[in-house]
Amino acid sequence: MAFFLGHYAYWFIIALLLIGFYAIIFKRNLVKQIIGLSIFQTSIILFWVASAVKWNATVPIYDPAFPLEETANYINPLPHTLMLTAIVVGVATLGVAFALLITIYKHYKTLDEEELIKEMKRW
Amino acid sequence: MVENAPVLIPVIYMAACMLISLTRLRYRWLAYPMALAATVLASATALGILYHVTRHGSFNYYFGGWVPPIGIEYVIDPLSAFVLTVINIVAGLVLYHSLNVNRLELGRKVVPYYAVAMLLMLGLNGIVLTGDFFNLFVFLEISSLASYGLIAVGERGSAFAAFRYLILGTVGASFYLLGLGFLHLNTGSLNMADLAAIIPNLEFGKDPAIVIALVMMTVGICIKMAIFPLHGWLPDAYTLAPSTSSALIAPIGTKVASYILIRTLFFVYGVDLVTEGIPVTTILGWLSAIGIIYGSILAIAQSELKRMLAYSSIAQIGYIGLGISMANPLGFIGAVLHVLNHAFMKACLFLVAANLRTQVGHSDISRFDDSYRVKMPWTMAAFTTAAISMVGLPPLAGFFSKWYLALATIENSQWVFLAVILISSLLNAVYFFRVIEKVYMKSPSGVADDAGAGNDPAQFGSGEPTSSMVIPVLVFAAALLLIGIFNALIVTTLIQPMMPPGM
Amino acid sequence: MNDLTYVSHIPLFVVLVSMAAVPLILASSRKPNLRETWTLLAAGTKFLLVFSLLPGALEGRSAVLHLLEISPGVDLALKADPFGVFFALISSSLWIFTSFYSIGYVRGNNEHKQTRYFASFAMCLSATMGIAFSANLLTFIIFYEILTISTYPLVIHKETPESISGGRQYLLYTLTAGLFLIAAAAWTYQLTGTMDFKPGGLFAGTSFPGSTMTVLFFLFLAGVGVKAAIMPLHSWLPVAMVAPTPVSALLHAVAVVKSGVFGVIRVVGFVFGPEVMAAYGLNIILASFAGTTIIVASLIAFRQDNLKRRLAYSTIGHLSYIVLGAALLSPSGFTGGMLHIATHATMKITLFFCAGAIYVNLHRENISQLNGIGKIMPWTMGAFAIGSLGLAGVPPVNGFVSKWFLALGALEADHLVVLGIFVLSGLLNAGYFFPIVHRAFFREGEHLEGHGEASALMVVPLVITAALSVLIGMRPDLFFHFYELASLVARSLTGGLL
Repeated sequence: MAFFLGHYAYWFIIALLLIGFYAIIFKRNLVKQIIGLSIFQTSIILFWVASAVKWNATVPIYDPAFPLEETANYINPLPHTLMLTAIVVGVATLGVAFALLITIYKHYKTLDEEELIKEMKRW
Repeated sequence: MVENAPVLIPVIYMAACMLISLTRLRYRWLAYPMALAATVLASATALGILYHVTRHGSFNYYFGGWVPPIGIEYVIDPLSAFVLTVINIVAGLVLYHSLNVNRLELGRKVVPYYAVAMLLMLGLNGIVLTGDFFNLFVFLEISSLASYGLIAVGERGSAFAAFRYLILGTVGASFYLLGLGFLHLNTGSLNMADLAAIIPNLEFGKDPAIVIALVMMTVGICIKMAIFPLHGWLPDAYTLAPSTSSALIAPIGTKVASYILIRTLFFVYGVDLVTEGIPVTTILGWLSAIGIIYGSILAIAQSELKRMLAYSSIAQIGYIGLGISMANPLGFIGAVLHVLNHAFMKACLFLVAANLRTQVGHSDISRFDDSYRVKMPWTMAAFTTAAISMVGLPPLAGFFSKWYLALATIENSQWVFLAVILISSLLNAVYFFRVIEKVYMKSPSGVADDAGAGNDPAQFGSGEPTSSMVIPVLVFAAALLLIGIFNALIVTTLIQPMMPPGM
Repeated sequence: MNDLTYVSHIPLFVVLVSMAAVPLILASSRKPNLRETWTLLAAGTKFLLVFSLLPGALEGRSAVLHLLEISPGVDLALKADPFGVFFALISSSLWIFTSFYSIGYVRGNNEHKQTRYFASFAMCLSATMGIAFSANLLTFIIFYEILTISTYPLVIHKETPESISGGRQYLLYTLTAGLFLIAAAAWTYQLTGTMDFKPGGLFAGTSFPGSTMTVLFFLFLAGVGVKAAIMPLHSWLPVAMVAPTPVSALLHAVAVVKSGVFGVIRVVGFVFGPEVMAAYGLNIILASFAGTTIIVASLIAFRQDNLKRRLAYSTIGHLSYIVLGAALLSPSGFTGGMLHIATHATMKITLFFCAGAIYVNLHRENISQLNGIGKIMPWTMGAFAIGSLGLAGVPPVNGFVSKWFLALGALEADHLVVLGIFVLSGLLNAGYFFPIVHRAFFREGEHLEGHGEASALMVVPLVITAALSVLIGMRPDLFFHFYELASLVARSLTGGLL
């Protein structure tokens, strides 16, 4: 129980991850797949952010009350900066994905995966 | 001068990407020469780097003077210099070839197409150059996004193929990122050299996180690389993409992914860990072996040339995976040599498909006939050369990578894998000779065979495509022969110095 | 012993001559006469070059040339040792006759795609020379595979559905064999660290588990046995008979199948070595395969009505003579086996030339249609009779000489069963060849009016090869010193027991 509660953030992340994965694999609608993909990516970003946390530490902004020598007082800023980049990458991916969806919809007038696969085979 | 050369390559591509986008306003014709100039410059730089590394050994470039592990560095060692040279030269030749076929297939989309192609090259070069795992992730995504774009502008259905690739590719990248998160959590570092020093000191019994990190990263990379059960995106993407995209992405995209795999497994985690600590290589070996057979058999079943080549790519990637999984020097040589060989073979074959599509409008094997040889003798000669090389007959390049792989499997007493390599050669022969047979033999109805002197090409409408489309194909074919004959030189001067520590 | 070596570029030139002719042939595809000039020029030059190696070989010296490192530690190397020169002499001299004959054949028959035909032919000969002069297994494999590929266009030359399926079968068998050979070579390299052919065997003095050696031997056997048409790996050969007759002549008398048996002797004598073969009982395996093949192939030959197919099965049987000779591991066995490479080549090429001449002249392929043709084609059928006599082992034709040594070898090795096989198969040979001669000369034929001999381009070569068979039969050391070379090689293999 303590293990469960002690890592509640991670359980939450795992749940998100699985939800996202489920949507990617089982949803027929392509937009829903993208939503799933986004959730999936977000869970990983949250995982990185969570990894930066330290008990009894503050945000990594210089505060004279906490001397810089005591790095334990500040949470690790590196994952946050890295995740900024990852978020940008995610947004770009999303943009490309939607552009593709628009093209697909223009061509086939549907975003249903099964129908699309049928269309592809027919052609 | 040389110290700054590594960063020059991404800068060239980035500049080219922006400038090409600008040509859209005016002087649209400049897009092609600019893209070509960028790849030529980059190839020249890569060759210079390769020469320097061979002579003077590895060197680093620190961004902004920040020393790792704080800062990001570019690491130029024999392996990265080699891959760098291969991908830039292949890209240069493919882009040289691309002018007419792109005009035909893409119309007014040519300018953005070249801009995105530059972006792809930027990403791939960055992956090879960087010595930082997170930086690698960013470049990986740049190249992936660019390749989705390059695929999606193809024929009907390509957008959907690109979308599936996007979903799988992003999942792969996310897995990689997740694994990297575990690694970072446990080591506090993202620099490859730094990690390589830290990881052996960790205790794996207490630290399952490292194992998870390794597994996640490997799965992510294998998706990009299209190792057997994770190959689902590849056939449609390669088949439906524009001809130039197929020829650009198929030879170098998956090769760079295999570079990442080699880098991660052998240079960061270390040979001992991935062979004995965690059975990654064992699993990889079996999956690759299944992939080789699976890809070859499905290639036989295809009637469309590009789709056949796509399935054959899955099999060929399997060879590289198999070589890596052997984790001995011969397997390593085989894998790296096959990166080179397969890049040249596949580029050649896909360009032949492109030539067919421009000249006769399709690449459907069942419609091939004797007249093709008469119409385009050079293209078909190149096809035959590359095909024989794919089958693995000496003295062409393909034989020698298989030779080293066979030696490696024997050294590890992996008889099943040896059998797989040999059987797959036979399967390759089946699907390539099927095409060769059609092209060289079946007489088209209504065209009488002449007796005595050779056929007269004039009786057919269109002949060979323009020289810019024939020369690259022939260069690749000739290179296959040269690589084959001088492979020992390549192995001793280029590949042996890049042997990972502890192998 | 032939430890003596000298550096020479001649082996390389020998290989390259016909390869250099290929682009010339392709370039002059519109001028048939010029094109054929290239072929003949290459054939003549090649023969003279090989001949210039003969004096050195007779002294037991080998011309050696290391071209470049083809794989770390392994060179692409040529070595014209006596055995290689022996084989190269046969192939290059018979190529001259085949070339003349081919010209007569393709023109007489109005074949299509003659340029491709002659180009592939030249390439084939380059590969054969490469095989003859290979100094190590890897070089051998390279030329072996080139031979496979360059023969393929010849097999499917007619481009009928029949020939295409024959071509497929040919490729399937030979490519698979190549793979076995690659596996075997790679394994040998891993075990011993060398791939150089060495008289007496590169395995000599090593000891590996018997199972390893047996499996390895089977791999080698599968690798070279396909081209040598050892049963049960023979079935591509009769099918490949759909090729034009000069190709069959080349395939079955000179290049492909002889490369196979050449490979068998290389494997037996130069890779494993007689001592190792005997120590692991590998020679018994080889001998039982070869013995069965001789008898079974002869029996099947009886049932063939198609002349070329009968010749093909006869070839299968005679190839196994050579293999069986090597399997005896005795000096006379090796000598006889090698001599049989030469003698069978001259005799069988004569027979195929005759079959081709009959086909071009009368368009007849079946034996039952040959009644009385001896009267209109006396030279052709006379040559055929000589070849038949030779294959049955009747003196003074050269087939007798090689069989004599084979029989001696069987006695030396104390294998009376083998001796019995030789005698029995000689009788069988007589049984399936003599009726053809009988039909041709002593029966009345139909629809033969107005036909005469085939063109001189075809008849002269076949008469010469027939004459050569007789001459070599009477004087085995004439011109080429075949006997001297063969016994020299046999001595070097078995340690001077002769």
